[in-house]
Amino acid sequence: MIRLTGIARVFRVGDEEVHALRGINLAIEQGEYLSIMGPSGSGKSTLLNVLGLLDRPNAGRYELNGRDVTHLSDDELARVRRETIGFIFQSFHLVPRLTAGQNIELPMVLAGLAPAERRRRLDRLLADYGLTARADHRPAQLSGGQCQRVAIARAMAMGPTLILADEPTGNLDRHTGQEVMAVLERVHQDGGTVAVVTHDPEIGARARRRLRLIDGEIAEDKR
Amino acid sequence: MITRDFIAFTLAALKAHRLRTALTALGIAVGIASVILLTSIGEGLHRFVISEFTQFGTNIISITPGRIQTHGAALGAVNTVRPLGIDDALALRHAPRVQVADPLVQGNVEVVHAGKSRRVTLFGTGPDFTKALSMRMAGGEYLPPDDPHAARAFAVLGAKAATELFGADNPLGARIRIGGERYRVVGVMEARGQILGFDMDDIVMIPVARALDMFNRESLMEIRVTYEPTAPLAEVEAGLRRILLARHGAEDFTITPQQKMLDVFGTILDAITFAVAAIGGISLVVGGIGILTILTIGVAERTSEIGLLRAIGATQRRILLLFLGEAAVLAALGGAAGLALGWSIALLLEFAFPALPVHTPWFYAVLAELSAIGIGLTAGVAPARRAARLDPLEALRGE
Repeated sequence: MIRLTGIARVFRVGDEEVHALRGINLAIEQGEYLSIMGPSGSGKSTLLNVLGLLDRPNAGRYELNGRDVTHLSDDELARVRRETIGFIFQSFHLVPRLTAGQNIELPMVLAGLAPAERRRRLDRLLADYGLTARADHRPAQLSGGQCQRVAIARAMAMGPTLILADEPTGNLDRHTGQEVMAVLERVHQDGGTVAVVTHDPEIGARARRRLRLIDGEIAEDKR
Repeated sequence: MITRDFIAFTLAALKAHRLRTALTALGIAVGIASVILLTSIGEGLHRFVISEFTQFGTNIISITPGRIQTHGAALGAVNTVRPLGIDDALALRHAPRVQVADPLVQGNVEVVHAGKSRRVTLFGTGPDFTKALSMRMAGGEYLPPDDPHAARAFAVLGAKAATELFGADNPLGARIRIGGERYRVVGVMEARGQILGFDMDDIVMIPVARALDMFNRESLMEIRVTYEPTAPLAEVEAGLRRILLARHGAEDFTITPQQKMLDVFGTILDAITFAVAAIGGISLVVGGIGILTILTIGVAERTSEIGLLRAIGATQRRILLLFLGEAAVLAALGGAAGLALGWSIALLLEFAFPALPVHTPWFYAVLAELSAIGIGLTAGVAPARRAARLDPLEALRGE
């Protein structure tokens, strides 16, 4: 499903060149559940951003679902993100003025789905993630775990094939974190491809496939 | 994105900062209100002046002796070789499509009756004076169609001249002295009021030939022609010119259609209206700067939201449109409030100062609202482009 060949990403910080990714080769199959771990600055978040088409590599080739997406235009990237990728962030990134329901609906609104179809999908998502009672609450009125569940429901709204989570439990206590991971794993069990970046070994160990990045290179790839 | 969702999203963003939205819209509202108010006064003035001039009708042509290149009033027969005479007026009556050609002399005389005397404006006219000026009689008849060169000594009094000289008595049939000559009153005019400061009631009319004798003049001051309202002005004007040229041999006269004077007035008054609207427009520009400022702040505050929208599939164009939409809605709200404000002040003015002519054409209202939206969009372009060009990743990080 995903094939990365020789992916490199270089940042310029002042006069210095920082090699965040050095010639990454990686293949991910449909339905895999993998964690990406590594020390700070090892390039794990950069890898996730490249996978999520938010960051462009300086070199290499990225194939997603059999299509070369390395050189797509900005608009095409936006379309691919909308239709095939779901993002989950450490800080949730919910829009504060919108209710939980409206936040979950947002990707469908941007995609121009008909209101009736949106309503149908929203009701299902709310039920699936146990948020029906919270649909009209604003993010400020929700707990951290609920916020992240809203974010996961939003990521799933367009039925993506690839779910990318960047430190999804970073802002949650241990217990809530485990709950959120359980929700994410259910997405995986339903057939979704899930990649989680984390520095928490306990969270990372839950994944069937575990990548370890050091200095922009894959140091370990355990299955 | 469906239009309805687009509008809902924009309104939600504006509703999230009610006070800020209200204050920014107020800036535009003040601008629109001042534009509406000033143009209302300008347009009111326009209508007032035009109505003063057109109460005699618009199908009037004034022919004056002397050749004047520019349109305007010709002051007497200074340079004419041939004076404009009563026979000229009689001849012009047969010009194509002409209804009335009335000779006119004007002067100031003393009118005496039963020991009372009063200085009034005298008009020497033909029998068609009332038709040419669409004036009505209050009593009696207007001057009869006598031989134009030897008319009987009959006079018609204006409403005010009649009451001043006769009080409650009926002046019809009474004998009065005008400029030392004896006249019999045959009619009294209906009150007409003032026209551009000239009292149309404090007047007396006598046959034009007698007035020429009284003032010892050879030439008329004016021949007033009215034509069929449907007739093309150029055709009427050409007909008049042809007849007078044939009689005079040279163009020693000036033909001034009322329509051309109105056009000149209209141009001047339009310029005034435009100038005051431009003054109001300055405050509109200030309102636009308010929108620019608030939107720039909004983009900075919502950087991470923009990043999120980009991550979940919004294109640059979509972000641009969302922020432009906010600017347009903000300006449209302000514009609508400004219209209401300007309109109510205009109505209040009309009520408080009935003498002040105020008129708000709906065309200006629509134009003002459209220009408000235009200004909002213009002000929104820079911040909206900044928002659209944000790198999604940078924006997501920028809290």
